[in-house]
Formats: sequence, structure tokens, C-alpha cells
Amino acid sequence: MNNSSALRRALFALSLCIFVAAPLSAFSHGFAGDRFFPATLTTDDPFAASEMSLPTFTEFRQPGEPPFNEFDISTDISLLLFPNTALTAGDGYNIQRVVNQKTRTGFDNVELNLLYEFFENDKHEAIASIGLTWDIGRSGSQSIGNDTFSTWTPTFYFGKGFGDLPDNLPFLKPFAITGTLGLGIPTNSGTQSDPNPNTLEWGLALEYSLIYLQEHVKDIGLKAPFNRLIPLVEFAMSTPVNRNVDKLTTGTINPGVIWSGQYFQLGIEAMIPVNSESGHNVGVIAQVHFYLDDLLPKIFGKPLFGR
Amino acid sequence: MKAHTQLLIIALTVLLLIQGSWAHAFVDHTEPGVGSQIHSAPTQIKIWFTEKLEPALSKIQVFDISGQEIDKRDVKIDQSNAALMTVSLPALKPGKYKVVWRAVSVDTHVTTGNFTFELV
Repeated sequence: MNNSSALRRALFALSLCIFVAAPLSAFSHGFAGDRFFPATLTTDDPFAASEMSLPTFTEFRQPGEPPFNEFDISTDISLLLFPNTALTAGDGYNIQRVVNQKTRTGFDNVELNLLYEFFENDKHEAIASIGLTWDIGRSGSQSIGNDTFSTWTPTFYFGKGFGDLPDNLPFLKPFAITGTLGLGIPTNSGTQSDPNPNTLEWGLALEYSLIYLQEHVKDIGLKAPFNRLIPLVEFAMSTPVNRNVDKLTTGTINPGVIWSGQYFQLGIEAMIPVNSESGHNVGVIAQVHFYLDDLLPKIFGKPLFGR
Repeated sequence: MKAHTQLLIIALTVLLLIQGSWAHAFVDHTEPGVGSQIHSAPTQIKIWFTEKLEPALSKIQVFDISGQEIDKRDVKIDQSNAALMTVSLPALKPGKYKVVWRAVSVDTHVTTGNFTFELV
């Protein structure tokens, strides 16, 4: 058994355990002061926490010659190692359907991320983190076009709630923003005809928390499930920055909604390509995300080390 | 033992471990309501949470417009409902008041928050 296969089996085993154990009753991830931030779907959030996405389902029509329909089902697990440091491992299974061609299937490359929260200001509902993502080359199936080289992406993450706005702007207080700014550095620069440029990986999520509205601003009488909704729009973008790559920024704008319960959240977003380089059709992403520290506090309620 | 049987045993073990698990305490509802305008002076602030609370670590404070704490500092967790926290108030004059709370659920997860109400 190779290393990536062993990691996949471990991910699957842990995921199954937690899925079977999940209680049916629901509500709660990531706090800065009074602000609860949910886990966003297409951009990373700045919190180091024990949590798990199982599954994340994506359907998107990829551009290209020829274009193809891509279905991806993935999982990722984050574990809080130290009080402000979390390690995430993620992988997925990808199905690519091309008209008049055989369907291609296979595992994505395994991705690891180490994230460190270095700043939190509770009064201003602000948080900042740094992290490093390792997309492990050759750990996935070559038949679906996974990179044969690794890519390292050092990233800055931030989050800010607007609960500190003046009291005469009460209905703006439920707004919050999270964002990421990273530099993707491939370990293989490619060839002159097929270069692998460094890329600026940037994303934003603008949220309006009905939870915050109900708890801190004005109880407008929303009942379940609407009192736990967080409408949001995410922007997930990638811009080549070197090796004379004459390509536009690509990415998607993703409006959607997250319902946050006590132990897990459900999220769904449309994926709207920003230009023809990014695609021609609207896709969809949906996710079930578990808060492991709430679900299994005896195991994940504290960091695995330290404290 | 087959792999699937091993996985099932592990899953059942985890299921046993989570019996009685708790989570972050969110506000379910309050009296007076969050951001409400009321016409009769309340004698208590009541906050119902989504989780049972740890009495020693949870609290409610009430401040007037000048920032002076005016509650009677007798925070209680209701004996018949451990998710209900109360604090008594003196006779209030018309005005705007700020309620600040800190809730520690029985598994020690901490949440904080505040809201205002106005007596007219």
C-alpha cells in the first residue's frame, strides 16, 4: 500500500466513524468575540479548529478542448494540534464526462494544510492567520489530469465582523468578511510551450449572519431553520503572475447560503464563472460540514498537544 | 476480522463516546427581546440558551446608558431548566439598557454576546 492510499483509507475510516456517530439533533465554527464565522465552501476560513467536511459535492462544466462535465466528491479533516495550529488533510474522487468519449475517473491529488492563528481581537471581531498548503504531486490519478508536480501555497487568511459599527447602523452589524491571499508555487516550472506559472490565489467571502442579527441586534422573530441561516457570496480567484503566461484571472463568484446547527452545517452555492476562461455554465457546490469539537468534545474539545 | 467490521466497531465506540456531548451555547430567545422597545419595566433579564450552562462561569450584566452596572448581581441558572440564566433588576427608569452575557456550556465551550433594549 503506498502512502497516499494509506492516507485515503485513514481519512475514510475517520470520516465513517464520525458520520455514523453524528447526533440527529442540531446547532454551531470559529469565534472572534461575539462573532460566529461558519466554515466557507470555496474559500478557506481563518480559524484553526477541529472540523470535517463530508462530503463536499461539486458539479461544474470545465472549459477546454473539448469541455467536460466534472463531478467531484471530496472530504477534508482538520485537527487542532496546538491551541492555535491546525493540520488539514483533504482528498476527493473525480468523475469527468466528455461527449462521445469514455468517462474518466480517479482520485484527486492529496492536499495538506498547516494553519496558525497569530492574531485575534475579540472587541473588533477580527482574526488573522498564516498557513502553508501542499498539493502533493502524483498522489492522485494521472488519468484525470492531476499535476505530476507538487505546489506549495503560503497563504494569509483574515476575518472581520462588523459588530463594532456605530449603533446607528444596526442592520449592517451582521455583516462579516473573510478572505485569503496566497501564492501558488509549483515545484516544476514546465516548458516554454507549457509553462507552470506561479499564481496568486485570492478569495473573499461576504456574509450576512441572521444568527448575529437575532442574537445581538434585533430579534425579528425568525424561527427555525431561518434563524440559523447565513446568506453569503464567495469569490474564488486565481491569477498567473510570471513565466509570460498570457492568461486572464480565472475563478467563480459563488452566491449561496449556509445553515449552521449545533454540531454541523449545511451549505450550498452556485458557481458562476467570471469569464470564458473560467467556464460557460453555472455549477453548484454543496457541503455537509461537522464541528468535531462540538460533536466529540471529549476527543476534539482540546488541542491534541499543548494547553 | 474484515476491514468493514473493524470500521463498524470503531464507529460504535465513537458513538458511545459522544453520548451526552454538548456544544457552544447560543441564545434561543430573551426577555426582554433583543433590540426591543418595551413599555413596562422588567424585574429580571431572562436568557434561554441552546445548551445547559455551567453556573460558576456564566454571567449576565446590565448597564445603563452611562455605562453603570445596574443589575442586582444575583445571576442564577434556573433549577428546572439549566439552559435558562437570569439576573434581577432594580426599578428601571425609561431609557436604553445594554445586556452583556457570557455563557459557558457544561463542556466548557464559551460564547459571549450583548444586546440592547429600551424602556419607553
